[in-house]
Amino acid sequence: MSSIQSDVRNFVADNFLFGEDPESLQNDDSFLETGIIDSTGVLELVAFIEDQYSVEVDDDELVPENLDSIDRLINFIETKLKELA
Amino acid sequence: MCGIAGIIQSDQQPVKQAELQRMIDTLNHRGPDASGVSSSGPVGFSHSRLSIVDLTGGLQPMQSADGMLTITFNGEIFNHIELRAQLISQGYQFRTHSDTEVILNMYAEYGPECVQQFNGQWAFAIHDQRQQQVFLSRDRMGIRPLVYTQTRGRFVFASEVKALFTLPDVERKVDVAALNQLFTFWSPLPPRTFFEGVLELPPAHSMIVKNGQLKIWQYWNLDYSPNEENRSLDDWADELRSLLINATQLRLRADVPVGAYLSGGLDSSVTAAIIRNYTNAPLNTFSVNFNDKEYDESHFQQEMIRELGTDHQTVCCSYEDIGRIFPTVIQHTEKPVLRTAPAPMYLLSRLVRENQFKVVMTGEGADEVLGGYDLFKETKIRRFWSRQPESKIRPLLLKRLYPYMKNLQAQSPAYLKAFFKIRQEEIDSPFFSHLPRWDLTSKLKTFFSDDVKQQVGNQDPLADFSDQLPERFSQWPSFCQAQYLESVNLMPGYILSSQGDRMAMGNSVEGRFPFLDYRVVEFASRIPVRLKMNGLNEKYLLKYAMRDLIPDSIRERPKQPYRAPDAHSFIDTDKQQARFEYVDELLSPEKLKENGLFNPTAVQRLVKKIEQGRAIGTRDNMALVGILSTQVLVEQMIHEKPVTTGNIDPKTSAVLA
Repeated sequence: MSSIQSDVRNFVADNFLFGEDPESLQNDDSFLETGIIDSTGVLELVAFIEDQYSVEVDDDELVPENLDSIDRLINFIETKLKELA
Repeated sequence: MCGIAGIIQSDQQPVKQAELQRMIDTLNHRGPDASGVSSSGPVGFSHSRLSIVDLTGGLQPMQSADGMLTITFNGEIFNHIELRAQLISQGYQFRTHSDTEVILNMYAEYGPECVQQFNGQWAFAIHDQRQQQVFLSRDRMGIRPLVYTQTRGRFVFASEVKALFTLPDVERKVDVAALNQLFTFWSPLPPRTFFEGVLELPPAHSMIVKNGQLKIWQYWNLDYSPNEENRSLDDWADELRSLLINATQLRLRADVPVGAYLSGGLDSSVTAAIIRNYTNAPLNTFSVNFNDKEYDESHFQQEMIRELGTDHQTVCCSYEDIGRIFPTVIQHTEKPVLRTAPAPMYLLSRLVRENQFKVVMTGEGADEVLGGYDLFKETKIRRFWSRQPESKIRPLLLKRLYPYMKNLQAQSPAYLKAFFKIRQEEIDSPFFSHLPRWDLTSKLKTFFSDDVKQQVGNQDPLADFSDQLPERFSQWPSFCQAQYLESVNLMPGYILSSQGDRMAMGNSVEGRFPFLDYRVVEFASRIPVRLKMNGLNEKYLLKYAMRDLIPDSIRERPKQPYRAPDAHSFIDTDKQQARFEYVDELLSPEKLKENGLFNPTAVQRLVKKIEQGRAIGTRDNMALVGILSTQVLVEQMIHEKPVTTGNIDPKTSAVLA
């Protein structure tokens, strides 16, 4: 597992899954469809990305295409990091 | 206002006076002024009294002149003066000036149907020796509580569960189905209570206990059909205003001074303004302020105080205050809560009591009856949006709806749309208005232990509720359906109970609610929806009817729901630790495992998240308060152990003892 992947999975497990088995979450499961995340959860996710990877997330990047599954988060973070490089 | 308790032995054994005494001793806070016990063979009642009407003559349990009827009564019949005159003209004689004696004679004349003529808030039991039965009844809206249980050979009832638990044959057990319902609707569905085998008599119901058999029926119901469409705005406004004035005047009938809560919102401003302008009663007002300015409304309170020239007292409430008083609060709610909002209400009623008042008037009920809640607006917006599901603009209305919700304001349109997405099955559901709230609350069930998850696995709280809906529900307008659900569910189950009766009576204070006068309620159910909420302008008719009494700044301010700080009250995020020992102890893996209701690992994750200041959302806050209050309740009422916060004042320790 890449370090980004394990960071993201751990964050989601600790902050949103609580009583669910972290293993049950697939990398392409939609957070919205599974009901894991509420409107606050999105902001928590953004705060995590900004703190952990020292990037800034723009308002127009706050869309499910970037944030709605483990896979999408990884992609998004990698893209942001490339922009920085 | 008072506490009541009673025992009916179906096995015909005589009632033990000591048991009646033990029951009523636990309800001393509801009636510290006097207490009485009386029994006649297999039936016995007890009563603890808060003297408000006929201070010397109203002692209970009270017998009719012929000795054939005995009553124990908690509450007020506000139209007792008119009913008394009616009874006197029919030849009845009275020995006291109390409303209690009026109930006795009304029952003697009309039997169980007498309650149809009562305007008030009540829970009472009448032992009818001729019929060899006991008649029990509870007011229409569910203001006063009445719980009961049946064990081998007897039926027992009381104002609060703690009185039932003094009896050796009443089992102390959590009702897991009730827990499941509470973690959906915020309260178990009546007649369930949090405790297995203990039931409540639902609002607007009466009951007869005879030969060990129970007969329960609903004597009144809310009906929103038909809305009358062809009256003018002024016509509606005039009638609402005169009804509210009369409802307030009736509620000032007391032989002790009456105070008023003043929150800074519209509803309590209306009741206070009516007292000032239409009665001769002195106006003493009380309010709660918060250190955390996010919750504080003192600016608006000051405005009304200036306007009305009231004699005003406030109590200021910090995070620590809420956390410290919380175990006492739960001792009184007797059910878990998902918000700390009852705690400041407890501190407020204590302030009232310290100022020598026993009775307060409040604006409670106006939002349900006259259409004030944001939930009603949200329903309107979601209905509007569901007609054009692809609209990009319509979801933005939701942002306008919740200006005080920072987390929602920060959302992009794409996410707003995703979160409030309306599915076809929702559109067709009778619960359309409430599904977002109940879905959110149900998320907390992820914290249930595996055992509880398994037990509730095949339960369906929504289906349970659906079974309770009246037949004509489907014919009402969507807005009225939402009003109905709020009026039969959250209002009696939480607002009037956990946040109402239990918090006020915890300090021996009686609440009175002009907006819940049944004439106001019946009138309001006929008001056309467009006059209750005009566009997104809530309680439109009320604001219009009272426009000369209430300053524009109060009438036009955005509505702020009453809330109090939640997780912060228990966990200090600066120090990253619990503020009180009891919080640590009751949320420890050992205690969680011992009680078996919640998953210790999940709770540990939540606590860590909160400690680190990362829990900013409603869901996490509700989860913490819900889990902690359940643990406190189980500790106090199932394990019979006190939960203390150290450093508490003597009054609180007395309640906990």
